Amino acid sequence: MAELVAVIASTHHPFYYRASTATGDDRPPFADTWVAKIEKFRETLTRARPDVLVMVGSDHFHQLWLDNMPQFLVGKAPFYDANFYNEEREFGLPRMVLRGHEELSAHVLREGLDAGFDLAFSNELRIDHSITCPIITLRPQADLPIVPVYTNIFAPPLPRPTRFVQLGRALREIIESWPADQRVAVIGTGHLSLELGGPRQFGEHGPDPEFDRRAVEWIASGDIEGCLSEVTLDSLHRPGNATHGFMDFMLMMGVAGEGVRADHVDTLDLFHTMEAYFTWYPKGVPA
Amino acid sequence: MSKYLVNKFLFTVDRDPELVERYRDDPRATVTWWEATQANTLLNCVGAEASTWLRFEDAEREALATHDHPALFALGAHPFLTLTLFIALFERDHEGLEYQKWYGERLSHFSLPYPDIAT
Repeated sequence: MAELVAVIASTHHPFYYRASTATGDDRPPFADTWVAKIEKFRETLTRARPDVLVMVGSDHFHQLWLDNMPQFLVGKAPFYDANFYNEEREFGLPRMVLRGHEELSAHVLREGLDAGFDLAFSNELRIDHSITCPIITLRPQADLPIVPVYTNIFAPPLPRPTRFVQLGRALREIIESWPADQRVAVIGTGHLSLELGGPRQFGEHGPDPEFDRRAVEWIASGDIEGCLSEVTLDSLHRPGNATHGFMDFMLMMGVAGEGVRADHVDTLDLFHTMEAYFTWYPKGVPA
Repeated sequence: MSKYLVNKFLFTVDRDPELVERYRDDPRATVTWWEATQANTLLNCVGAEASTWLRFEDAEREALATHDHPALFALGAHPFLTLTLFIALFERDHEGLEYQKWYGERLSHFSLPYPDIAT
């Protein structure tokens, strides 16, 4: 059977690529600290020696649109082109091509459907920065095949937070039941408090540092029950109008398991939003 | 209300570099042209399968034609779409994050709950 060797949850800050590669006067003062934290975070994935990456993210109105909007979608393709013109324009993100893993995609789709998740699928998916940011931060050589899993955190009506947790739990069971001698890491990205296109955007910190503090504690301690008792579709409007992206963190808490403390926890308070990085090792910390 | 159509305008302009420039330079003419020739395009179908019923409300057309992002916010346009496109239109005229901050300040009269963005 496949082994789930690492579970990783991260924010996906599209400015990291530009900040980390900038030099001279263009290099922001926080870039070196940020890079150091990312390199430590990257090491947590490298140590797990994965063969394949299941990547949980959310399309930001790039390929998926309101005329046909899936709630949860699994990519099943041999390749995924990545990043879009407007991400190149705004964030300087490079165009990329990632290999897919169709066998694991097919397994996730079959088992997910049988477990009661009516997953949409795509045989030609161009992925965006919700998946390429963690490739850039965690596996910049981009040499491993991926299975993209997209969630709708963006275009209401959205699934409720419980559904994200349930899908995370199911994903773990599905991966662990895959009859293949493969080491699998699941990497999911979302947001803590975040405001985009509203009055609280681009402040000195994220729009709601208190929410961020509590969110980091929920995730780090695996407190799914505590998190679910306070977080609803309505409550997520309060910390910032794009905070529904936190539900992808909740999905990853579902993958990691109730009450399971993260083995690596790090944060970075930046303008506009707080960065947060978590790694769990379901099979124990690798030597 | 045709929030969906406002979002469709923002979405289809934002993804096309030529349209971004055209909308920056002549917003009213671009909106007029777009509504007349593009609004009913079904994005994943051939041209002959166009829709027949989509049109802007007057307030929506005017908000788009005047680059009025607070009005778009009030009308429930998706804030991510508006922000992304408006950064493409106007960030170049400002230093650093000046434009993004100004954009937020111009929305400071809004408090929770924000206008509903469900389509």
